[in-house]
Amino acid sequence: MTLSVDIRSTPGDFSLDVRFDSNGPVTSLFGRSGSGKTTLINLIAGLGKPDRGRIAIDDTILLDTAAGIDLPPHRRRVGYVFQEARLFPHMSVRSNLFYGYRRVPEKERWADPTLIIDLLGVGPVLQRRPAGLSGGERQRVAIGRALLASPRLVLMDEPLASLDAGRKDEVLPYLERLRDEMKVPIVYVSHTVDEVVRLADTVVLIDGGQVIASGPVNDVFSRLDLRPYTGRFEASVILRARVINHDAVGRVTVLEHGGGELRVPALPHPTGTEVRVRVRARDVALAVGEIGNLSIRNRLAASVVEIGAPDGAIVEVRLDVAGDPLIARVTRDAVAALDLAPGRQVTALIKSTAIDNRSDD
Amino acid sequence: MLAAPSAAEWAAILLSLRVALVATFAGLPFGLAIALILVRVRFPGRAVFDAIVHMPLVMPPVVVGYLLLLALGRRGPIGAFLEQTFGVVLAFRWTGAAVAGAIMGLPLMIRAMRLSLEAVDRRLEEAASTLGAGRLEVFLTVTAPLMLPGIIAGAVLMFARALGEFGATITFVGNIPGLTQTLPSAIYENLQVPGGDGAALRLTAIAIAIAFLALIGSEAIARRTTARVSGR
Repeated sequence: MTLSVDIRSTPGDFSLDVRFDSNGPVTSLFGRSGSGKTTLINLIAGLGKPDRGRIAIDDTILLDTAAGIDLPPHRRRVGYVFQEARLFPHMSVRSNLFYGYRRVPEKERWADPTLIIDLLGVGPVLQRRPAGLSGGERQRVAIGRALLASPRLVLMDEPLASLDAGRKDEVLPYLERLRDEMKVPIVYVSHTVDEVVRLADTVVLIDGGQVIASGPVNDVFSRLDLRPYTGRFEASVILRARVINHDAVGRVTVLEHGGGELRVPALPHPTGTEVRVRVRARDVALAVGEIGNLSIRNRLAASVVEIGAPDGAIVEVRLDVAGDPLIARVTRDAVAALDLAPGRQVTALIKSTAIDNRSDD
Repeated sequence: MLAAPSAAEWAAILLSLRVALVATFAGLPFGLAIALILVRVRFPGRAVFDAIVHMPLVMPPVVVGYLLLLALGRRGPIGAFLEQTFGVVLAFRWTGAAVAGAIMGLPLMIRAMRLSLEAVDRRLEEAASTLGAGRLEVFLTVTAPLMLPGIIAGAVLMFARALGEFGATITFVGNIPGLTQTLPSAIYENLQVPGGDGAALRLTAIAIAIAFLALIGSEAIARRTTARVSGR
């Protein structure tokens, strides 16, 4: 699946000029509030009209102002999960879920209701009305409703933004399961680095109605020049590693990564599964040469790729760990003392307790 | 004093109910269409249209009745057309009373519908359209159910207004017992003749009873539909 978007629009005094192609499965539109993300996905859904542009999913043209094509929203088959669920208050959860499903021609229905209801855990609340649901349940029903309409593409506009931290943790694993088990491509709008690195493969960075950068999540989030957009203190990368062992006594799980072994607090995943773990730049220390006895058990062989521009006493160093990027926040002082420069071989030290695959900070 | 109503009184009661019900149901599609236009469509002259729709509320009912007679009477432009083309005569018929009731009640019905339509969350309609519902489907499955309390309130107001309509009715269709004599015109006539007090009082009591029952009934329906649409 390829989504291609090329749009110019000036709604009010705001100007949007965006061009990107996305090959999914999960593409994140990332940017701070007011950067034009929601305006953009409304245009993809057909809820707004751009001045000029073209939007296509593979060979299906949703919009082409030059050719005079503009499919109305109900013909686009683009699912939309809104920030505030937008469930129909006068219908039961079941009627909400099947609202779109009933309207799709039978031969185009790829969604399996039993599977999706089970995957989202909404079976027990089918008879209830939306008013009787918790925020997390409501958002799960909204996701199910969009999926059951068997869309070509699902747009999610900060589906976790209206939820408190606890509810976020409740819904996020469902989104991960969807990503892994459904074939449908997702465009995920967010301004939270955490959600993006956990869910997305590709990120399109938007600011002031313009695309600043786009590419694989780790590439964009580890680029030091994009730090002003991706957030200074949130700097982190995702390492993909495989579960190789569970140490029941030490309550740790051992993960295998190209750069070495990682020992993290026990994970529920079975041996052999690939997991994404988030490593924050502030939790990475660097060492050069032989390392003595240290409580820090995670030692990854790395090479320095880039030294960022100093911000006060702090410098971010971008590393390469067996092909994966990693960022370390160290002092300027340390850079000089260790004689860090691009190409230098170092050991990245990460405290086990700092690694997690949970979303809370 | 409150003996059973006579045959003529029964006729007036039943005619009034029929006139009010027909006015209400015939007025519903017009009321809904006008409310939709006023809330959802932006066009030049909207304010003027709005004012015209509300005129019956502020004009003397007799004036409305006289205008109806001029337009819809057998020699009026619309009345003559209706008679020649469809063989329909409204003046001095009970159907004319229903038309008068509907015209007088329409502004009230539209007001109630308009308020409920303005309260419908358009974001829900957007959500429905992304789920594959076309505009008519969105209206039927989302907009209309959500404004149902307003539609019912509007219908009740229209029913009450049509039931009590007097000035426009008597001007347009007269006061012919058994043919165009409604409850209010029957009360009025009884007050004009000596010894008619008993009948007038009886009819008044019945009018009060009907109004009271309609109010109680509509409250119950409104409560249930409001609960339904808000999902509790």
